[in-house]
Amino acid sequence: MNGIVSKSCQLAALVLLYAAVFGLPGAAQDKPYFVTYTHDLEEPGNIEVETKSAFARPEKGHHFAALATELEYGARAWWTTELYLDGQATVGDSAIYTGFRWENRFRPLMHEYPVNPVLYVEFEDISAADKTVLEVVGHDGEPDLILPNAVSRAAHQHEGELKLILSSNFHDWNISENFISEKNLGHAPWEFGYAIAGARPLRSAASGRVCTLCAEKFIAGLEAYGGLGDTRALTFRNTSHYLAPVFGWQLPAHMRLSLSPGFGVTGTSMDQVYRFGLAYEFKDADDMFFSRRKGKVW
Amino acid sequence: MVRQLFLTAFFVLSLLFLCAAATSHWDSVPPRDHARQNPFQGRPEAVSAGALLYRDHCQQCHGADAQGDGRKKPSLHSPSLQSASDGDLEWFLRQGDLRHGMPSWSGLPQAQRWQIIAYLRSLP
Repeated sequence: MNGIVSKSCQLAALVLLYAAVFGLPGAAQDKPYFVTYTHDLEEPGNIEVETKSAFARPEKGHHFAALATELEYGARAWWTTELYLDGQATVGDSAIYTGFRWENRFRPLMHEYPVNPVLYVEFEDISAADKTVLEVVGHDGEPDLILPNAVSRAAHQHEGELKLILSSNFHDWNISENFISEKNLGHAPWEFGYAIAGARPLRSAASGRVCTLCAEKFIAGLEAYGGLGDTRALTFRNTSHYLAPVFGWQLPAHMRLSLSPGFGVTGTSMDQVYRFGLAYEFKDADDMFFSRRKGKVW
Repeated sequence: MVRQLFLTAFFVLSLLFLCAAATSHWDSVPPRDHARQNPFQGRPEAVSAGALLYRDHCQQCHGADAQGDGRKKPSLHSPSLQSASDGDLEWFLRQGDLRHGMPSWSGLPQAQRWQIIAYLRSLP
């Protein structure tokens, strides 16, 4: 565990050093949420590579570090598609690949409204050993995270997930609500969950200086997420819920750093989950593969 | 009979074409947004801030000189944009044109959208 944390710290230090040295442009308007989605989609033609890690120790379990590596592509201004590759390492156990997820987000309405809906469709082929905790549904809880990897990885899940994302940008605030429904494609009930979040930049107007530590480069907010039971028992009983402050730092050279300490608020939640994210955006990445694209152009 | 049909069709099509030509892209902007003034107007520091924001968010498509690519990525020096009010431009940045590839920039703070417009207005 110490090795994992140490490597993460070294990576963060390298990023900060790079950020301090190079005065290259920053990137987009992304929010530092880990679980909640907004209606901001990837810009067409860009590819964003992001790592989202979770560090925690369940009660009666070992420390673990889980890593989700996300490849996000702006297929159109109204359609973003993403591939996640997940893995985890548990102290005193093993480090394993836990599966992949492929998700798509669509904006059905072409204009900006006070509340903007986004439809989210996901397929996941993932083992029960996954510990990225990128969504909490049904009766997910701490006991799921203490099984030995050899046992939990044997339980393979093919799941479909639908989300209704509602998101608003209002007076520099973003407020987003996600309603989650997940179905194991085998014989299992639909499971439900939610995520809500709000965030805003520390300063609205840009300073006009090329800087890394200006207030407008930082964004802060709060995220809350949890399970809502399933079709057999739509209830808060035996469900996990977390409250998590979120912080984002827009680094130079199209990079973004996100941090979030999460705190469990029910008996079945973990006490704490620490999250760390690092994103890098490749602008006009698909020009490498296609000379003409339909979606990007006007 | 055929001649009459042809003339009628020609007349209707001409009328539609004239209507379309007379309708500006900015006619869909709500009057309240159209009338809004840029709070950063005439402030040189807003222009320099807008230049950096333009580099971060707009240059990728519209080019460093804001001339577009001469085909489907439009020039920001076009008469249509020059004729738009600051309020029209802020509304358009907020809305985007998702169908045609322009993202919505509603996630940017409003002040930064106004700074980008201040920069665009400073272009020669």
